[in-house]
Amino acid sequence: MGSEDRKPIVVRDLVKRFSGVPVLDGLNFTVSRGEVLVVMGASGCGKSTLLRMLIGAMPPTSGSIEILGKDLARLEGADLDALRMKTGILFQSGALFNSLTVGENIALPLREHTRLSPETIGIMVKMKLEMVGLRDFEHLMPAELSGGMKKRVGLARAMALDPQVMFYDEPTAGLDPVAGGMIDELMTDLNRKTGVTSIVVTHDMGSAFRIAHRMILLFRGRAVAEGTPEEIRASADPLVRQFVGGLADGPIPLRVSRKDYAEDLLGQAERFEERL
Amino acid sequence: MRPAALLSGLRYLGGLGWLSADAFEAVFLEPFRAGRRGVRAEPVFEQMARVGYASLGLVCLVQFFIGVVLALQMAYILKKFGVTEYVGTVVGLGMFRELGPLMTGVVMAGYAGAAISAELGTMAVSEEIEALRALAISPVRYLVAPRVLAAAVMIPCVTMVGDFSGVLGGLLTGWGALGVAPGLFVRKLLDGLAVSDVLIGVFKSLVFAVLISVISCREGLGVDSGAEGVGRAATRSVVYSVVAIIAADCFFTALFHALLGR
Repeated sequence: MGSEDRKPIVVRDLVKRFSGVPVLDGLNFTVSRGEVLVVMGASGCGKSTLLRMLIGAMPPTSGSIEILGKDLARLEGADLDALRMKTGILFQSGALFNSLTVGENIALPLREHTRLSPETIGIMVKMKLEMVGLRDFEHLMPAELSGGMKKRVGLARAMALDPQVMFYDEPTAGLDPVAGGMIDELMTDLNRKTGVTSIVVTHDMGSAFRIAHRMILLFRGRAVAEGTPEEIRASADPLVRQFVGGLADGPIPLRVSRKDYAEDLLGQAERFEERL
Repeated sequence: MRPAALLSGLRYLGGLGWLSADAFEAVFLEPFRAGRRGVRAEPVFEQMARVGYASLGLVCLVQFFIGVVLALQMAYILKKFGVTEYVGTVVGLGMFRELGPLMTGVVMAGYAGAAISAELGTMAVSEEIEALRALAISPVRYLVAPRVLAAAVMIPCVTMVGDFSGVLGGLLTGWGALGVAPGLFVRKLLDGLAVSDVLIGVFKSLVFAVLISVISCREGLGVDSGAEGVGRAATRSVVYSVVAIIAADCFFTALFHALLGR
């Protein structure tokens, strides 16, 4: 077994096509134990698709995903559940269970997967909530929380079973700068204290540079740049410069149509003529 | 019918079969496997209260009207033959064996079915179903099984209570419109009703309950496109449930007719 095989996350030649159109087109990367990898990319570049495949919610067209030494494609039933208990995900919306209180949301995975007494679970729920600074909110319903609080509760729930790997889907999207900053702080703090290996998918550059140990930039389904935050910041690659700087002008096109514009218009005209 | 439509129909039925089998496994087999959890009692009771208790008044009201209609409809023909006292037999047999289970099923398809599919559909839209899977909690065990179990227990119970409400409607109508005394009504009812008739009614409502809950769960879990999708799922779950109930009723009536001769 080489040293690469021991990495908690190994993605090889990952391809995903939706009705023939490639969204991910041969993606390769690994994440080391305790590392925070930020995956950046414009909307629609396949970030969310990647995340869905990483949690086993969607099968890849080809290629392989290995998490904690297990090939995701070959897992099912109890084995897949065992792996999912060792991984956590913070959904973009928080995805709290709206019919349960904040405390019950966090207690649910503990109740379902451990034989702990209700009292012990109660204590653990308080600890997890304290970790995200919301201990007083245990009895509120998710609908009563702000967006940032929902995400913090979602984070506490994802950490309930003390996972070894965490996935974050746009953790700061839709939050004000202060709430976003808090989430960044929490993620960094969690990573430092628990050594949890993390993949963060985001297009929030400020957040990305604050939390990343290493970053990759996705463009047209491939990783076009990879490096530490310093390396990415210093990169001369026009694509990276455009993305990091948030410039409208650069290699990332404004228009996303695959068909040629002139052809498209002329085709329309021809069809019109045929009808006449 | 086009072959593609036929195939998608078969696929849909197959999907319902899978979901029923998974729910059955979660309820009856999973608790006996080492290290695995069965369905927890708490959500089942919660669903039972929602499906059964809360719908009781509505079902009784509908069944009462059905009993009245049944008695009035039969009044003319019974009078013609001079056997008005048999109104009790007609109402008893009609309510317990046929109309009670069927009408309760239709009411529950609208009452519980739409609620189930809208609730699960909203959960699917807000990523809650995916969050469950990510937490290694099976949506079938956690959401579907309690709903199917609660429906299978409560809908037959509600049907039985509703049957009595329908009989009451028939009894009052017979008394008022036909002058059949309540004592005579009940005696004729008991004369004409076999235990097997009541059991057939209970069995049918059990089948209807499973159909309604599985179809509604399937529709709810299948939502993938926002508020519009939730609305569509709720409509479809009611329509499909009603069609399935009536088809099943037709099948079982024919089957019992062939087997028991009545």
